[in-house]
This record gives sequence, structure tokens and C-alpha cells, in this order.
Amino acid sequence: MDILNAIVAILNFVVIPAASYGAQLALGALGVTLIYGILRFSNFAHGDTMAFGTALVILVTWGLQAMGISLGPLPTALLALPIGIALCSVFVLGTDRVVYRFYRQKRSEPIILVMASVGVMFLMNGLTRLVIGVDDIRFDDGARFLISVQDFKAWSGLAEGLSLRVSQVITLVVTFLSCWALFRFLSRSRSGKAMRAYADNEDLALLSGIDPERIVRLTWIIATALAVTAGTLYGLDKSFKAFNYFQILLPIFAAAIVGGLGNPLGAVAGGFIVAFSEVAVTYPWKKIATYLGFQPEGLLQLLSTEYKFAVSFVILIVVLLFRPTGLFRGKAY
Amino acid sequence: MSNTRQADASSPLRAPLIFLLVMALFVLEGTTRNALFSGSWNSALTILNMGLISAIMTLGVNMQWGYAGLFNAGVVGFLALGALGPVLVATAPVEGAWAAGGPRVLLALAVGLGTLALASQVWKRVKAPLSFLLMPLVLLLGFVLYRYLFDPAVMAIEANNSASAGNIGGLGWPVLLSWPVGALFAAAAAWGVGKVALGLRSDYLAIATLGIGEIIVAVLRNEEWLARGVKNMSGIPRPVPYELDLQNDPGFVAKAADWGMDASTASAIWVKLLYAGLFGIVLLALILLAELALKSPWGRMMRAIRDNETAASAMGKNVKARHLQIFVLGSAVIGLAGAMMVTFDGLLSPGGFNPLRYTFLIWVMVIVGGSGNNWGSVLGALLIWFLWIKAEVWGPQLMNLVTAPLPAGSLRQHLLESAPHMRFVAMGLVLLLVLRFAPRGLVPEK
Repeated sequence: MDILNAIVAILNFVVIPAASYGAQLALGALGVTLIYGILRFSNFAHGDTMAFGTALVILVTWGLQAMGISLGPLPTALLALPIGIALCSVFVLGTDRVVYRFYRQKRSEPIILVMASVGVMFLMNGLTRLVIGVDDIRFDDGARFLISVQDFKAWSGLAEGLSLRVSQVITLVVTFLSCWALFRFLSRSRSGKAMRAYADNEDLALLSGIDPERIVRLTWIIATALAVTAGTLYGLDKSFKAFNYFQILLPIFAAAIVGGLGNPLGAVAGGFIVAFSEVAVTYPWKKIATYLGFQPEGLLQLLSTEYKFAVSFVILIVVLLFRPTGLFRGKAY
Repeated sequence: MSNTRQADASSPLRAPLIFLLVMALFVLEGTTRNALFSGSWNSALTILNMGLISAIMTLGVNMQWGYAGLFNAGVVGFLALGALGPVLVATAPVEGAWAAGGPRVLLALAVGLGTLALASQVWKRVKAPLSFLLMPLVLLLGFVLYRYLFDPAVMAIEANNSASAGNIGGLGWPVLLSWPVGALFAAAAAWGVGKVALGLRSDYLAIATLGIGEIIVAVLRNEEWLARGVKNMSGIPRPVPYELDLQNDPGFVAKAADWGMDASTASAIWVKLLYAGLFGIVLLALILLAELALKSPWGRMMRAIRDNETAASAMGKNVKARHLQIFVLGSAVIGLAGAMMVTFDGLLSPGGFNPLRYTFLIWVMVIVGGSGNNWGSVLGALLIWFLWIKAEVWGPQLMNLVTAPLPAGSLRQHLLESAPHMRFVAMGLVLLLVLRFAPRGLVPEK
């Protein structure tokens, strides 16, 4: 019986939270990796793209709620998501047109594009603050729990409860569908193949008549869609706060680098690796050890939760030291 | 990039003119009272002092980016380490804290560093299959030993008079001595980061430094034994007299009356002038050293490495070692600025160490001023800092003007309330415009 309790506790406190956080990181890292693969720079504005897009989704959600439209047990934000993505894509394409295209055509060094992305980051950060403010915003509605702790305890008779929030299930489902669609698009469709060809060898792709500007536009739209989805899921799961999205930039970069920058499959794997390590290292294992018959003195917590960035950072450094192109062999330009 | 670094023929008057313009802004702030300026010397000098400290930060960043092309996105971290200097050196010792766990904490830190050093030696010396097993083992044992030593010591220190202290306390030495110590802290961290991350692609250095910056700030916020964390550390000693002492000094009050000021305004201004003098001396000394270094063979070598690494390394220059050197030097200067900033504020509040303000705004200053040019960085710092402060005042006024035709509803109210955030938008626009139309900055490198 105690083994069962331990398993439930691990599921409840480690596996489920880490899986949904990992899915959010994976979506974010996919965007970073696509931009790196095709446009060849690390986009520092990605975190603020997530924040800005999520702010738009929240505004649309409020609009829909005011009109009395809802999805029943599901959060209204899912309905607002496509509109948010479209609005945010228009803005991001605007920044490409006004900012990045110039440096691309001049073939500037990547670091100049990184700096330009810092400028865009400031801009989007300011706009997000201007539009929606700096407060904590909860915008999840509909049902909160799929399985609640009490129900689970009554059903199973175990001492340890399991809870599964609707937002966690949605995160996993939406992430799975997005990844499936993206990989299918990249491997099957003509545009997806063109994108991969352009990422692999720009000159060769240009020779074979691929329109680079179209590829670039497509990349921005896909990366924005992934970013806004990730941001909205993160906001539904925790809450929306503009500054939090700047802070998950580091785990996202770590995830993308761990998997190999420029490699979409690696980004997904990296997201889960970073999330599971973060949660495992900062979770106090005392409860589980007790179920398994040990009597530990301390909390058995390797690091306090405030240092979860440190985990991403350590993973990042270890990978950079031992396998600079990442676990799945990304590219290094 | 190399073509943007080529010197165009630019007017020799350009730098002095922009310098005069910036001076005029400060004079206007001090003398005229209207919608744009406050007309108070107190306010002008406060902006100037923080501008001078920012100028030292930009000098540090400029050494890294302008001389060597290294993108450091963790300025806030090195600044925070420097800010630790005055807390650990100059504040008064805390009764009983050292006895509670001081030596044990030092021992734990030594064990931690020793573990890292041992692990890297094991990795280097031991042959491949065995090292995969041995290195993690060393790390694991070291970590357990470190926590075994560290945790009880920290609890003992934090339990000691936790309401008003709970930290390890300082040495009570003069505060000016703590400035180089702050620089040393930052330099030590930079050496560690540089050892690991330099030599990777430039983006990777940016991401690695972004991470180290976040971690250092997290440490400062959470390790209460070190500097009280978010409880803030106040009472950092001053190198200049206190306003109250001046107001109680009959000689000073008489002098203030001579100048036609009341004692409280005069004392505030006098203290700020003293600070400005102190910061100005440090800044000028740094510029002098930096300019001499840049004109020496060493400076020519650095620029040669920046402009063409391959050619420089073909000439036998050790690019990696030079990069490490300049990265450590630049970070030390940033650390120095951190120590000065905390001394000026008299307070360490780690909650305020925000990367947008202390990393990316410093970058805006460097780019706008002119990367590679020390005077340019200083001008950029003074100008951007002035605009950053005044944008909080000007933003709402502009918004008021723009939204005047709107009906007085909730939309107008919302726009007016969030207008101070316009400063972020403004800074983003300034950075983008300068990068695009004047990539070499207001005062380009010669």
C-alpha cells in the first residue's frame, strides 16, 4: 500500500507538474529553435512575444466573456487563442519588416540581430505593460479540476491524493497536437520541406528557387503561434504576469540548446529534460522516502525552489561544455 | 560588422557639441521650472550622480563589447556582486553572527569550490570510461559534504537576532575600501563564467551570462545570512557627511545663509555635490586608464582580435586568453559601479535588481553613445539616464495631450495610468533607431 502511496505522490508532485511545465517549455523552445535555424540568431524577444501574445489573448477572452460566449468546462481562452495568434503574428511580421529584414539583407553578424531583438524586447515589454499592466491576472474559467484530491482519495482509499487540473490536461493535449501538426508540416508539406532546405543550406535552397522572404514570414508566423500558445498555456496553468515571461526565457533557451539549437525534435526533448530536472531537484523527497520506509532527517530537497533557474543554467553549461551542438546535434553556424 | 566599424570622417566638434547638449539638459533641469523640468538642483544632481555611476557601468560593458565584441547579457549579476562589497566590508559587524557559524560557512564554501576544482581535474586527468563514473561521484560527495557543513551554519546565523540582523555582518572598514572589493567579487565570477563560456559562439555567451546574472540576483534575494535578502540591507556607511550633521553645524548653516539657501536644501545639494565629485574622480581615472590602454600595443591587439579573430590568431595572439582578460576587466568595472551605487543609495535592495533596467538599459546606453568609444559610452549613459528618468514624467504628460480628444472614460483613464510604462517603448525605439541609422552611435569610434 505504501508503494502505491509513494507512486501517487510522485505522480502528483513531480510527474504531472513537470510534464505540463515541460510541454510549455517545449513549445517555447520550438519557436526559439525555428528562428535560430532559419533566421540564424537567438531571439531575446521570444519571452516578451509570449507575454504580448498572451496579453492579447486575455483581452479577447474578456471580450468573449463580455459577449457571453464560453466553452463550458473549457477555458474561454482557448477560443481566443487563434485570434490572439493572428494579432500577435501581424505585429511580429511588422517587426520583421521594419527591423530584422534590413540586417538580413545586409547579412549582418548574428550578434547585431540579437541586439535588434533586445530592442524589440523592450518595445514589446513596454507595450504589454501599457496594454494590460503589471498585475497578476488569472484568466482561467470553466472547470478547475478533472480529478480532485478528495474524489481520488474516496475512490482509491489511499492516504495520498492525486489532483489533475484541467489546465494541465489541456496543456498536454494542445502541445501534443501542435507538435504533431508542426512535425507533419515540416516533413510532408512543400513549404515545410522548403523551410528545412533553407535551414540546412541557404545557398542551395535559393538556387532551387525557394523564395527566402516567404520562408522567413512562415517561420515568424509558426514561431509566434507556438509562443502565444505556450504563453497562454503557462498563463492558464499559473497566472499571467508580464515579468514572469521574461524569466522563463532562460529555461527556454536552455531547452533549445540542450536539444541542439535548430533542431525541433531536440527542442521538445530539451523542454521535458529541463522541466523534469527542475522539478526533481527542487522537490522535497521526504514524503516519498517516508512512504518507502525511510526516516530522513532533512527535507531531502537538493535545492530550494528559488534556485530553479540554476538548474536550467547548470544543464545549459554542462551541455555547452560536453556537447556544444546539443544532444540531438543541432547546427552551429 | 567590420564595415560599420570603419571610421568615416566625422566632425571633431561632434563629441563636444553633444556633451554640451547633455550638460544643457542638466542645467535646465536645475534651473527652469516648467512642464518638462523640475527646476530643482537637488533633482538634477540626483540624476547626474546615478548617470555618473551608469557611465562607469557602460565603460565596463564597452570594454567587453566595444574593444572585444563580447556580448555580456548578465550585467545585473556582476553589478549585484559588486553591491555585495560594501555590505560585507563596510557595514558594522553583527554581534554573535560570526561566532554562530562564520568559519563553518567559509569552510563549506571552500569545500564547494574545492569540489568543482577536483571534478574538473578528474575530468582532465582520468581516462575516458572511468572518468564518466568518477566525476559525478566526486560532485555528489562534494555536494553532500557542502550541504552538511553549510545548512546548520546558515540556520545558526539567520537565527541570530533575526528581526534586525540575521546576516553575517560586515567588517566595519571604510566604505571606499569596499569599492575595489566589489570589483574583485565581480571579477572572480567573470573569470569562472569566462573560463566556461568564452570561445563559444557569441549568442551562447549572451545566454550563459543571462543565466549567471539571474542566478546571482536569486542568491542575493534568498541567502539571508549574506545580506538579509529581500529584507534589504540598510545603514551602509557613507564616504560623505550626513545632511543632518551639516544642518546641526553652525558653520555650515551660516555659509548656507550666505548663499541665500535654507540649511536643509543646501545640505542636500552639498552632499550630492560631494558624491558627484567622488564619482567624477573615479570615472575620469577609469577613462584615463582605458584610453591609455586602448592607445597602447595592447589596445591595438584587442581591436585587431575584435575585427578579425582568425588573422589575429594567425599572428600568434592567444584570442581565448585575451577575451578572458577583457571579460574579467570589464566585469570588474561593472562590479565597481555596483559598489558605488549601493554606497550612494545607502541601501541594498536585491528586489530592485531587474535585468531590463540594469542589463539591457546599460546596453542601450553603450549602443547609443557609440560602442568602442569611451567618451561615447559616458555621453550615452548621461543622456539615456536623463531621458529614462524624465520619460516617467514626460510620458503621462504626452499621453494627456494625445488622449485629450477622447471622452473621459475608462479607456482614457487606463492609458493615463499606464503611461509611465511608455519609457520601455521609448527605449526600445531609441535602441532600434540607433542600431539602424547610426550603428556606430552618437560619438563613433575614431
